[in-house]
Amino acid sequence: MVIEDFIGKLEEEFDDVAAGSIKPDTDFRNIEDWGSMHALIVIALIDTEYDITLSGADLRSVNTIQELFDLVKSK
Amino acid sequence: MANFSISGIDITGVAACVPKNVVSNYDYELLSESERRMLVKTIGVETRHVAPKYTTTLDYACAAAERLFEATNIDRSEIKLEIFITQSRDYYLPSTAILAQHKLGLSQDCMAFDIGLGCSGYTYGLSVISSMMKSTGIKKALLLVGDVSTVTCSYNDKSTYPLFGDAGTATLVELKGDNEWHFDLHSDGSGEEAIKIPHGGMRHLLTEDSLVEKKREDGNTRADLHLQLDGLTVFNFSITKVPKSIRSFMEQYNSYPSELDYFVMHQANKLMNESIRKKLKFEKEQVPYSLDRYGNTSSASIPLTMVTELNQELKSPQKLLLSGFGVGLSWGHALIQTNNVICPPILEI
Repeated sequence: MVIEDFIGKLEEEFDDVAAGSIKPDTDFRNIEDWGSMHALIVIALIDTEYDITLSGADLRSVNTIQELFDLVKSK
Repeated sequence: MANFSISGIDITGVAACVPKNVVSNYDYELLSESERRMLVKTIGVETRHVAPKYTTTLDYACAAAERLFEATNIDRSEIKLEIFITQSRDYYLPSTAILAQHKLGLSQDCMAFDIGLGCSGYTYGLSVISSMMKSTGIKKALLLVGDVSTVTCSYNDKSTYPLFGDAGTATLVELKGDNEWHFDLHSDGSGEEAIKIPHGGMRHLLTEDSLVEKKREDGNTRADLHLQLDGLTVFNFSITKVPKSIRSFMEQYNSYPSELDYFVMHQANKLMNESIRKKLKFEKEQVPYSLDRYGNTSSASIPLTMVTELNQELKSPQKLLLSGFGVGLSWGHALIQTNNVICPPILEI
């Protein structure tokens, strides 16, 4: 499990995000038009790809893509 | 565990009726164009059929029942049990099922009562109606299922307004044949806040304040008489507990995705339903959707999807997995066999 794959999968899921625009230190709430739909997409992606279910509180506890990735790895 | 089997029951026909008024989520003014695209892609709802004021679930379900009587050529006087599943009753009292008995001209020897369930309603309804038929010997029964949910959603609440559509359905069930049906039913009232209309019942009687729209913690604006939906909680419940319970239910009856024809799920939200489908390893072709055109129609969503997506397939024998889950929290699954289900085309009124 490497962060590049994780970012690639996220970029695929978000329609309006150009490939290569998300970096490990990106605060995911600053992704264009970030909203509750994106949160659901992230939870669904992590659930189906890594079989780990994050709660809303889990998601609120992290800010950057790197922190999110580390959280998934720690579960 | 509420897990049981019933044999010798068959579905003769299913009909559905929706309002003819169609609303597109691409016209939802609270969202930017890109947000609308994102919303449609994520929840999977492009259009919804929305009831005009003062037209109720009873109207749609009875219209569906009339169409079903016509298509199946049944003598309605033979129906001795009628159950109405709805959370949008015409009145506090009497029960909607009794109004339907009169409106449909059913016999006064027909027992009729309501069950107040939402998303899980169809699987619960099939289990109750088939159990009662089996224990009483009643040969023909009518299951009316549906909701008009849009009237309770605030236009200013992005978590509910674009999601829900209205529909009423009718299912004719007969005591015949040798089908064996299995049911698995659950409840968790600790999740009551996840999907709720807080005011207007006995706990919080309707006051002037119930009607005032207020800005909420989640950023949406709604009144206490409106439906509130905690999307993340519902999402997490739906992608964890639901597939887990379906998996153990299927294992119990040695049932596998490859030997089932279709998995008809409550049409909750595309992202959520697809997560469940992938977890349970069903092929895309096995999981029909009506969600894109009709939205989340609460308890009506399973029979509505059978009518719109499987009307041809249901003419020959099918093995189906049905699963409803949501408000309560409540969830229920059914493994059923069908022989020849008559599904007249969907009615719009």
